[in-house]
Amino acid sequence: MSPLEFFFKNRTEILTLTGEHVWLVGVSMLLAAAVGLPLGMLLTRWPVGRRPILGAANVIQTVPSLALFGFLLPMPWLGARADRLAITALTLYALLPIIRNTYAGITGVDPAVREAARGMGMTDRQLLFHVELPLAWGVILAGVRVATVISVGIATIAAAIGAGGLGEFIFRGLAMVNNQLILAGAIPAALLALAADFVLGRLEGRLRVRA
Amino acid sequence: MTPDAPVIEFRAVSFELPSGPPLLSGVNLGIHRGETLVLLGRSGSGKTTALKLINRLLEPTAGSVQVEGRATQEWDPIVLRRRIGYVIQEVGLFPHFSVERNVGLVPWLERRPAAQVRARVRKLLELVGLDPDGFAARYPHQLSGGQRQRVGVARALAADPPLLLMDEPFGALDPITRVEMQREFRALQERLRKTVVFVTHDLSEALRLATRIALLEAGRLAGVYSPAEFLAAAEPAAAAYVAAFRPETNASQP
Repeated sequence: MSPLEFFFKNRTEILTLTGEHVWLVGVSMLLAAAVGLPLGMLLTRWPVGRRPILGAANVIQTVPSLALFGFLLPMPWLGARADRLAITALTLYALLPIIRNTYAGITGVDPAVREAARGMGMTDRQLLFHVELPLAWGVILAGVRVATVISVGIATIAAAIGAGGLGEFIFRGLAMVNNQLILAGAIPAALLALAADFVLGRLEGRLRVRA
Repeated sequence: MTPDAPVIEFRAVSFELPSGPPLLSGVNLGIHRGETLVLLGRSGSGKTTALKLINRLLEPTAGSVQVEGRATQEWDPIVLRRRIGYVIQEVGLFPHFSVERNVGLVPWLERRPAAQVRARVRKLLELVGLDPDGFAARYPHQLSGGQRQRVGVARALAADPPLLLMDEPFGALDPITRVEMQREFRALQERLRKTVVFVTHDLSEALRLATRIALLEAGRLAGVYSPAEFLAAAEPAAAAYVAAFRPETNASQP
């Protein structure tokens, strides 16, 4: 059976698992952005928190993904459902690039622009929302993009704890020494990553402001 | 406040950072309504520091800066800054806003009606010599250096502030544009009669624009002069400045 025939024969399952994969990544990206963006903004106003928060996000990122899933397993509420656990792990992984880029995007705004804004009597909130954030979106989105692409890859490991996604095929293929099965998981995952990269890259390009 | 009391007054003002030498020490200076006071001095003499003390981007570590009879620390900084136009050398236009939004930002933040803001922006662009139809919709990256600074001046004037602070506004422009801007600034100032504090290190600029020149030297006020007095001043720092700018002394150097 050629790989194409194999794909066609298993198209329903491939689509289902791709759907699960997109769900895992999508939800965790939304959560990571909901946590990471405010944290990144906070750090620009609260220098004391910078080292501990960036440090913590950094440490999380260095934990091997399989181990992180394992660590979260015994947690009371999280361990109860596999998808809950997988989304938590993916969210934690995505935090660092999002926090870091939000912080870098805002602090990277031309100091002259910031000085002019303050000098003309903008409040700190106005400065943040009308000037700094609009100018930082490009950099922030680059962080979201990196996080998304990483997550699409890491989400394949979620299958190891039974959370579904395209990793199902990969683990099954590994167990059965069946390359076609592995490819049935790996190829759609790679395409997903490329698609996410492309779409977010386009959006990033549109949001970047010419200086 | 009596009518002839200074609008801005430095009372024994010092400013220093936690580490390092004082940037400004014991400055006493009154600035009167409608005058253009030029703060002249070399790099690091404390000119910009003095300027930022007026709109409370910095606060004095000793003494006080009085604006319209009240110390800057007693002002709500936002209210204070909206009464003071601020123009800096780097201009600092908002790159994500059109010229129109850049100029109209403060009135917009103060929730003035949109039609009123637009009319005000058009008037200001004309005032600084930019055709509103040609420029309102442009973005800062589509402007030349001189045009950007014109927009910067228009933006500073948007809320019709009685005071205007200008920190080497023409310093980054080519010599011809600079002289042109100086000339237009003079004409503008004849009409508007704002109280202007203008920072520069360029003596010829100071002589061209100033009602009075305050010379700063290493954080101290070396003297306050009219342009004519400055050229004849015996005070060493002023004399050194004049000597450095006199063309024949420059030419005689090898």
